[in-house]
Amino acid sequence: MGLLYGLIAVGLALIFGLMDVTNFAHGEFLMIAMYLSFFLFAFFAIDPLLSAPLVAAALFIFGAVVYLLIVRFAMRAKANAGMVQIFTTFGLAIVMRGLAQFFFTPDYRSIPHSWLGGKTISIGGIFLPEPQLVGALVSILAFAGLYFFIHRTDFGRALEATREDPGAVALVGIDKNRVFAFGWGLGAALVGLAGAIMASFFYIYPDVGASFALIAYVTVALGGFGSVFGAFAGGIIVGLVEATTALVLPPSLKSVGIYAVYLLVVFIRPRGLFGSI
Amino acid sequence: MDKEFAARRRRDLIIAALLAAIAAATPLFVKDVVVQNILILTLMYAGLSQSWNILSGYCGQISLGHALYFGLGAYTTELLFTKFGVLPWFGMLAGGVVSALIAMGLGYPFFRLRGHYYVIATIVIAEIGLLLFHNWEWAGAAMGITIPIRGDSWLKFQFLRTKLPYFYFALALCCLAWFVTWWLENSKWGFWWRAVKDNPDAAESLGVDVFNSKMGAAAVSAFLVAVGGSFYAQFVSYIDPESVMGFQFSLLMALPAVLGGIGTLWGPVLGAAILIPLTELTRFKFGGSGRGVDLIVYGTLIVLISLALPRGLLSLFSRPKKTGAVR
Repeated sequence: MGLLYGLIAVGLALIFGLMDVTNFAHGEFLMIAMYLSFFLFAFFAIDPLLSAPLVAAALFIFGAVVYLLIVRFAMRAKANAGMVQIFTTFGLAIVMRGLAQFFFTPDYRSIPHSWLGGKTISIGGIFLPEPQLVGALVSILAFAGLYFFIHRTDFGRALEATREDPGAVALVGIDKNRVFAFGWGLGAALVGLAGAIMASFFYIYPDVGASFALIAYVTVALGGFGSVFGAFAGGIIVGLVEATTALVLPPSLKSVGIYAVYLLVVFIRPRGLFGSI
Repeated sequence: MDKEFAARRRRDLIIAALLAAIAAATPLFVKDVVVQNILILTLMYAGLSQSWNILSGYCGQISLGHALYFGLGAYTTELLFTKFGVLPWFGMLAGGVVSALIAMGLGYPFFRLRGHYYVIATIVIAEIGLLLFHNWEWAGAAMGITIPIRGDSWLKFQFLRTKLPYFYFALALCCLAWFVTWWLENSKWGFWWRAVKDNPDAAESLGVDVFNSKMGAAAVSAFLVAVGGSFYAQFVSYIDPESVMGFQFSLLMALPAVLGGIGTLWGPVLGAAILIPLTELTRFKFGGSGRGVDLIVYGTLIVLISLALPRGLLSLFSRPKKTGAVR
């Protein structure tokens, strides 16, 4: 379960953590991805696992478009840039929820029989649910990919440089908007991947994103902004803490453990575990 | 303090008195219950947003967890009333004091944090409060508390046949929050807060007590918001964790100030006067369909306004300053 949170958080780690842009619509990106893979299943009978690349590609375009049409202008605000970002993306989240309710109705939907749903696998006598296992694998791959991408490619360096000093990168010929649009696309594609995998074992409804979004923010902040590895570690910690809390407290209180650990960590290390900004 | 500034402050006070008088007279002309309801909510959110603005606008510590204080005010009042028979008027004060103390207690660890880490911490603490009240049997857990009906009385601050007393209380709350802001704006605290907001390190080096100014702002802000929460509980006469401590309240408190102009004296009032009637009307007009049209309209408005006017609506009125004014 922890790696699943990690998977949702990895896209946010890129947008929120590395580019330092608040995205309060992250949960709604997840919701859109889940609906996409649901409809691909319902109309074309494509299993969520197969449609994952398609969904990721669609979300890539969506993320880049959202950046170019909306977020770009929010970042340009001279006054209260932080508040403008918070409320623009939050307004976007409300619109997306409203649109989902309008077109998809508020009904709960689920994909009844997929390759992954409800199956378990036995490794050395321990039974593990397959979807979670696949989610965990994809999550590790996604993190490794992102880490490589940020630290080993020119684009990754351009991204970090752009966050540090947009003015200076313009002088060496990097187009800030192209870099950030690509970053948003990538972040959205990663959450698209998460959505496609989760669609096979979670109910899908317009508000589904909200329940995961806060935990994703906490995961990223716990690990520390500006660190891919931090978000990964954050995801694992969140998962472990949730499982342990569920043992001692009633299930409805399991998130309290996560939040308490976040508060504890930032009180000791105000920049998260591995944060650089 | 220069003369121009003193004149502006006097003018603000006169305008506020005039507006309050006009507002106080509206129930003479507006008899429709639905409209009165919207007016009460508008005044309440104006007051709440004004209080939120003290910590988040003037002092620059953006809090998205003020629902915690709102809920604490509501719960303290109603628990005292239903379990111990303490009159809501005392409960209101108690709620305010409890919230202010908790805000200061939280301030110790919280005010070390900066930026996103602080904002997320405020969201998270309100969420913890929500979950705890959800599971607290004695306080009604998820069922909430229904306030027993004892008939109309000022003593118990409960009115069934008329909404007017609620209207006047909301107006008084809004005026109080405005006056406190007006008064603090020109006090030592007001100047400290703005210094802390602009550059905490520079303020510290010039001898501003950064930590205690944040604490002061948090206490005043939490107290006023909690009084608003107590009022809301009496007004709707039923509370449960979700309906008084949900994340949406944190946002609803912040939005009018952001819309009108964050960190300004008139921003929250202006923002609430536009936003709340608009919200209620879209909900009234489109909300019944259950298809989310009200959400689409509302969300689009928020996006457009925050993109078009990052400084808030008030920036439309301000003329470019010629001299080095105080603000």
